[in-house]
Order: sequence, then structure tokens, then C-alpha cells
Amino acid sequence: MGISPVLWQFLVNWLHSSALFPTEASTIAPYTDALYFFLIGMTIFGVVLVGALVTVFSLKYRREKHPVAVQIEGSTLLEATWTIIPLAIFLVTFVWGALLYFRIYNPPANSMNIYVVGKQWMWKAEHPGGQHEINALHIPIGQPVQLTMISQDVFHSFSIPDFRVKREVIPGRYTTVWFQATQTGKFHIFCTQYCGTLHSGMIGEVTAMTPADYQKWLSESTSGMSLAQNGERLFASLGCIQCHSGNAASRGPNLAGVYGSKLTLTNGQQVTVNDAYLRDAILNPSEHVTAGFSPIMPTYQGQVSEDGLIDLVEYIKNMQSNYRVHQTLMTSDSDKAAPTTPTTGTTQER
Amino acid sequence: MSATTIVSLPDQATAQMPKRSYLNNEHGLLSWLLTADHKRIGMLYLLSITFFFFIGGAFAGLIRLELLTPQPDLVASDTYNKFFTMHGIVMIFLFLVPSVPATLGNFLLPIMIGAKDLAFPKINLLSWYLYMAGGIFTLASLVLGGVDTGWTFTTPLSTHYLNTHVLTTATAIFIAGFSSIFTGLNFIVTIHRMRAPGMTWFRMPLFCWSQYAASLLMVLGTPVLAIAIVLLALERLFGIGVFDPAKGGDPLLFQHLFWFYSHPAVYIMILPGMGVISEVISTFTRKRVFGYTAVAFSSVAIALFGFFVWAHHMFIMGVSNYSALVFSLLTMLVAVPSAIKIFNWAFTMQKGSITFETPMLYAFGFIGLFTIGGLTGIFLGSLGMDVHLTETYFVVAHFHFVMVGGMLMAFLAGIHFWWPKLTGRMYPESLSKLAAVVTFIGFNLTFLPQFVVGYLGMPRRYHAYPAEYQVLNVLSTAGATILGVGYMLPILYLGWSLKYGAIAGNNPWQATGLEWQIQSPPLTENFLETPIITHEAYDYEWLEEKMKLEKQEVTHVG
Ligand code: HEM
Ligand SMILES: [Cu+2]
Repeated sequence: MGISPVLWQFLVNWLHSSALFPTEASTIAPYTDALYFFLIGMTIFGVVLVGALVTVFSLKYRREKHPVAVQIEGSTLLEATWTIIPLAIFLVTFVWGALLYFRIYNPPANSMNIYVVGKQWMWKAEHPGGQHEINALHIPIGQPVQLTMISQDVFHSFSIPDFRVKREVIPGRYTTVWFQATQTGKFHIFCTQYCGTLHSGMIGEVTAMTPADYQKWLSESTSGMSLAQNGERLFASLGCIQCHSGNAASRGPNLAGVYGSKLTLTNGQQVTVNDAYLRDAILNPSEHVTAGFSPIMPTYQGQVSEDGLIDLVEYIKNMQSNYRVHQTLMTSDSDKAAPTTPTTGTTQER
Repeated sequence: MSATTIVSLPDQATAQMPKRSYLNNEHGLLSWLLTADHKRIGMLYLLSITFFFFIGGAFAGLIRLELLTPQPDLVASDTYNKFFTMHGIVMIFLFLVPSVPATLGNFLLPIMIGAKDLAFPKINLLSWYLYMAGGIFTLASLVLGGVDTGWTFTTPLSTHYLNTHVLTTATAIFIAGFSSIFTGLNFIVTIHRMRAPGMTWFRMPLFCWSQYAASLLMVLGTPVLAIAIVLLALERLFGIGVFDPAKGGDPLLFQHLFWFYSHPAVYIMILPGMGVISEVISTFTRKRVFGYTAVAFSSVAIALFGFFVWAHHMFIMGVSNYSALVFSLLTMLVAVPSAIKIFNWAFTMQKGSITFETPMLYAFGFIGLFTIGGLTGIFLGSLGMDVHLTETYFVVAHFHFVMVGGMLMAFLAGIHFWWPKLTGRMYPESLSKLAAVVTFIGFNLTFLPQFVVGYLGMPRRYHAYPAEYQVLNVLSTAGATILGVGYMLPILYLGWSLKYGAIAGNNPWQATGLEWQIQSPPLTENFLETPIITHEAYDYEWLEEKMKLEKQEVTHVG
């Protein structure tokens, strides 16, 4: 063949560096791929069957061989067959897909949590220890990791193809996704929901590392303050502390140990306190009044950034007692400081 | 019932162009622009949607050219975003939605049921003007600098974050929507009220059933799109806050409203095409469509179920797990009628007497590509699988298999099939067969690699992509080039045939539909006297009898 060796070399290299199938790098990936192969099998079967019917009939009944058409009305038996068999196959894929979906979106109880904030056009990850990263995410392998995500502006979508997970990142509400990486390496992060000019630049890299390397990375990347510590400062500076002091006489409910508990609201609703509930209660208090309290809490809408909210949530989540609250109150009382009214300026932008 | 039928083609040599027809009944541009004749309006639509198809196609070409290399090197990101937005908007709202109903449906539906015109001829003309107004607003937004929302207009991106011509484009779609509402209304009323004596529901050709089902969707679905667009405009102009979480609104509400229309819209696009396929397959196998009733009812079933699956576009958006289950299940159910149709078409060929003219080749293309498109829809309806596949090129490949592989093939099958009726002339057979084959090959080369690159994870609407996806993208661009040739060919030879094509005669295919029993091109009034229908659709024995009688009369007179 007249193909030049240079061109040949180029083609070989080119094909070599291009993938045709994504890496299976999470515990979920094999499950997703199993369903995928089943579905491909179904498609091939369907296309071959239809193709065979059309080809055989075309050959057998073409005008030259079969000049006279025989009129046929239909056949209830045949039609029932090709209603029921596809239906059965589709129902199998429905059940299989549903099981997979529940596996993908129900995190194990022992997963560690990392926060992700999406904004045009970057991903910001915040580890509980206060490590921040932009368009990057370091995670340990062999351990379930849950991401609690929110957008600061438009819809985004957080996708790691090699883990086969993806979730929309929406303004105004937390969404979560979890995965457990099975091999070390670097994997793509894509924003898959069109989000404006630099949509295709909203990409990043997951670095999956051994737990030991991950610990090392954590200690080298610390910013000195954990999210909860930032939250504690906000809790004081926004004035939350005045009402949520945990004292019997205080005007707001005690927040120590509230995370994970069940509350009854004044409107009779039963809720479980999770990240989303805490965030909503800060921004929209009038709709989240715990039974026995009056609706006096002001809204903090527009006064705390999403990062600030994450700090507060993380603080309340980890708050086991009111000991430090009292300490802070005592020091500020001794200053006779008036309760601070929150202003926009108090948010911490990082 | 089982009987034998022989039908042989009439002598083309003796066919003559009728002296008077809807084409030369009146002259001058105004006689076209003010016409109330459904056939002329159909032709107006045909010209205009072809124009918009080539605009949409040009943007597709630019998209593929940019994606030849991983780097964002041909145009700026904003420009690229405007390209795919314009491509999507033009193709969906100005080409696919009106394609078969507004052209072939307009032209043929009244004739097929033995009526003189649609129920409201003037409203029909109004529909075309609304369509053109929508088109002009779209072109205006393009000329003024474009719009980059994507055809899905996702809020709050479209309401708060873009400063392109969102409102101009929204107006375009709002107006064009009324065009399809009116067309749908017109069809529904016509089918209910204007059928010729003896033309019962179950004697109608399946083309009419599919137009009816699609019309229901247009009339019931499009107003919701209009509402969504109005809310979007109010939000953008005055910040009323229905979609804004900071004001107590719900950002997912727009998704619900948009897909409540846009999911049924995909059936608006495909159902009329399925009607074309039924006619074509019956004609070229010389056989009644296998299981007529099942095919008719499956159109209606698709239309009904089609309204209850919209949230399958939102499986990863945090809809509750239980509603995800329900929508996934319903999605599986809506796939069944399509499967039924495929098998009924295949079995229509059994014991037929088959020939392979161009429309039949396009119909084969439709069956193959629609089967793949439909089955890959099952991937996306299956919850856990969708998580990985949604928002990637897998979805792009899926909907192109259905909309371009399916609907566009059906449209071309229909255009070739009825071209003799529309114009009175034949298209060149071997060139058109070549075009059908080129289109099929080009299509597969363009979109099969996109399934693979989608599973790898390449997101849609990406201006730049990681280098390891390049091979597949180059294949896709190469395929698109071939596909482009496949689409240019018909334009050229169909234009040529207007003047030089062989005279067609009334019924070149020996088809049974009423439209084939009148002259080509038809008279303005369609029928000289109201036909009385005594036979079922696709009754080839009736046709044979009728032709025998005509031959006797001719010999008698001669
Ligand atoms: C009847 C013809 C066609 C129709 C109705 C159609 C429809 C669509 C629609 C609705 C989209 C989604 C736009 C969006 O993401 O907002 C799209 C995307 C796309 N189309 Fe087409 N299309 C057609 C023909 C073609 C052809 C011939 C090509 C290639 C030559 C093509 C290439 C593409 C590509 C590459 C995208 C993805 C853009 C992106 O997501 O970045 N299309 N098309
Ligand atoms: Cu994004």
C-alpha cells in the first residue's frame, strides 16, 4: 500500500492516545457498565431482527420473484407477541435502571462529606478541614465520598465520567452525589449543563490518592481554619449567637446536637435536620419556625455567601455543646457590645 | 381477507400535463401570497422550511468544523454558543415542527379524506404568515448579533445572565407557536367535519391518523410553551421572581414547563413522519398495512402517553426519587407503540410485491435509523443509565437518530413519493437513489461515533474538548460532510425536474390513496364532484377494478 510510513506512524499514535471506553474508576462504574452492555445487546438484537426481517422480505417478495401481492389483514397473535416481548424487555431495563439509580443517589452512612460550589465558570471544592481547591478535587480511594453541592448563579452539572456519576448543581438548593474511587489517578470533571460563555472551560480534575497520600495532602494544603471554625466566627458576627445561646430563656432554639434530629414546626410539619434544612432555615426562617418559638428571626437572604452558608452549616453540624457559645457571649457581654445587626459587608468572600 | 392483486405501472409515455391545475389557475406573486388554497399554502411552506433548513444546516456545518480540533480555535466561545443555539432553534421550531404537517399535510390531508380544502382556509394562510413572522424574528436576532441560550432557554441563565437577544428569539418562538396551534386546530376540525361521504375513521389512510395525533399534541402542548416564554420574558424584564429562588421562586419550574411542551414536541416531529412511512411502505409493497388498527391506535397512544413523560429530561435535577420512578416507567411504556409500528411495517412487506424506488429506500433508512434512535432512548429512560449519559453526546446522537435519521428521512421519502402529485413531474430515479444511499452512509458516520464519545463522557455544547476524543470527532465531521452532499443533491435534481422531469400522470405508483385518483398536479378544487368512498384504505383490489373500468372506457371512447 502506498501509505507513507510517517502518516502510518501518526495514525497509530493517534489511535493509541484516543480512548474508546472510559476507565472504570469507582465502585459504581461496573454496575453502570453491566447495564450498558445489556442495553447494547438489546439494541443489537433489535436492529439485527428488524434488519433481517426487512432483508429477507425484500429478497423473497421482490417484484421479480413475487409479482402478485397477497393481501393480509393482520394477525392478533403476532401483534400481541411484538407488544408483549418489547414491553417485557423494557420493564426489565426499568427495574435494573431504577436499582442502579438508587445505588447512585443513596450515599452510604459512613461517607465523608466535601462541599462543592459551582459558579460561572469554575468549581470550588471545600474540605471540612478548610482546604480549598479550584477546578480540582483530591479524594482518598476506598472510601465513600459525598459531595454536597450548590450553585452561586446558573444551573451547572457536576460530572465525573470515569466514576459514572453526575448531578445537576442548582442555585438555591443543595444537591448531593457520592462515589467511592477504586483506583488512584487523575480523572476529568466536566460541567455538563450549558452555563454560558465558558461552559466548556468549566472543567477540572479529580485526583484519587491512597488514604495516606490524601492525609498528607490535607495537612499540606490546610488554610489554618476549618470550615466549622469559620462558621463559628460568622455565628458570632452575624448575631446568631444572641438568640441561639442554648440558654433556657433564649429566644431561639438550642442548636447543639440539632443536626440529624427530628423537629416539629409550628405548621405541624415534621422535618429531619440536614444540610438543606439548615440552609433554608437561615435564608427563609419564617417558613421554618420550630414549634414553641415565635417567628422573630430575620432573613439572612443576600447577606451570607454560599461559602458562608456552608461554614455555618458545617459549624452547626459539628456543634455538640454550647460551651464555646457561652464563652464567646461572656467575653462580648463584658465588652457590653450591642447585638450586631448583620450587614452585607459581614460576609466573608474568599 | 386474503386475495391476490396485480398492479402494473401505467404507460408513462402517454401521460400528459393537464391544461389546468392549481399551479396555473392564477398567476402572479400576489395570487400566491393571498391564496387560500391549501395546496399553494403547502408549497409556500415547502419553500420556506427548505430555506430555514439550509440556514440550520449551515450552522451544523460550522459546529462540526469547529469540533474538528480539540482546541477552541475557529471561533470565539460566545460565537460557538450562538452557532449551536441558532442551529437548534432553527431546526426544531422552523424546520422539524412544521416539516411534514405544514407541507405534505397541508397539501394532502384534505385530498386524502375527499375534501375541497381545510376547514378554515384563511386561518391556514394566517398560519403561514405567523410562521414567516417567527422566522423573521429569528433572523433578526441572528443579524442583530445572535443569541446564546441554547434552544432550551434554561433559566436563570436566560433570564439573568445573558445580554444577547433573548427576547427577540423568545418572541420568534412565541409567534411560530401560534402557527402550529392554528395548523393543528385546522387539521382536527377538518378531519372531524369534512370527510367525504363513506370516509369513516377507519377508512382513512394512516397518514391522516398520524396528522390527527400530532395535531392534538400541537393544540394541547404549544400553549404551555407560550406560557413558559411569557413567564421567561416577565422574569427577564421585570424580575417577577417565579423562577428565582432568592425571591421564593422555583428554578425547576421552568424546566417542568419547558419540557411539558418540548417532550410532546418530539412526537409532533416524529408522528407525521410515521404517517408518511405507512403510505410509502404500503404503496411499494402493494399491500394493505399490516394491522391497520394497531398502527392507527399506536399513533394516538403515543400522543396520549407523550404528555406524561416530560420529567425524564430531569432525572439528575433532584426531582424526587419516586417521581423519577414513575416517569421512567411511563417512558418505557411510550416506547412500546413505536416498537409495534416498526414490526407492523416490517410485516407489511411479507407476501408483498416489492419494488425499491427512492421513497422506499428512504423508508428503509427511516426504519433502520429510527430503530436505533428509539432503542437508545431506552438507555436514557432507564434511570441509573441516564445519570451517566444525560447531557453528553450520547443524547445528541440519540435525538439526531430520531429527528434527522427518523423524521428527515421520512420527510424526504414523502417529498419524493408525492413529488409527482405536487408538481406533475417525476424526479430522476437513479440520482435520487444515490442521494438516499449517500445520506444513509453519511448519517451513520456522523452520529454513530457520537454514541461512543458520549459514553466516554464528552458533554454536549462544548466548544473545546480533551484531546483523547478527537478521533471520534473527526469521524463525525467527515460524516457530516458526506451528509451535506446527500442533502444538497435533492435540492439540485428536484429543482431540475420542475422543468425537465418526465410527466408523471395521475398515478405513477399505482397507489390507492384518493390523492392518486385525481390529476397531477391537482385542480384548485381538488375534486370535480365529491367522491363517495366505498372501500377501505390500501384496497388494491378496488384500485384494480377501477383501472379496468377506466381502460374499458378509454377503449370505448377511442
Ligand atoms: C434535520 C436536521 C437537524 C435537526 C433537526 C437538528 C437538531 C438539533 C438539535 C435540536 C440540537 C440541540 C441543540 C442544542 O444543544 O441546543 C442539535 C445539536 C447538534 N447538531 Fe443537529 N440537527 C440537525 C442536523 C444536523 C446535522 C446535519 C449535523 C451535522 C452535520 C448536526 C450537528 C449537530 C451538533 C454537532 C450538535 C451539538 C451541538 C452541541 O451540543 O454543541 N445537526 N441538533
Ligand atoms: Cu456550568
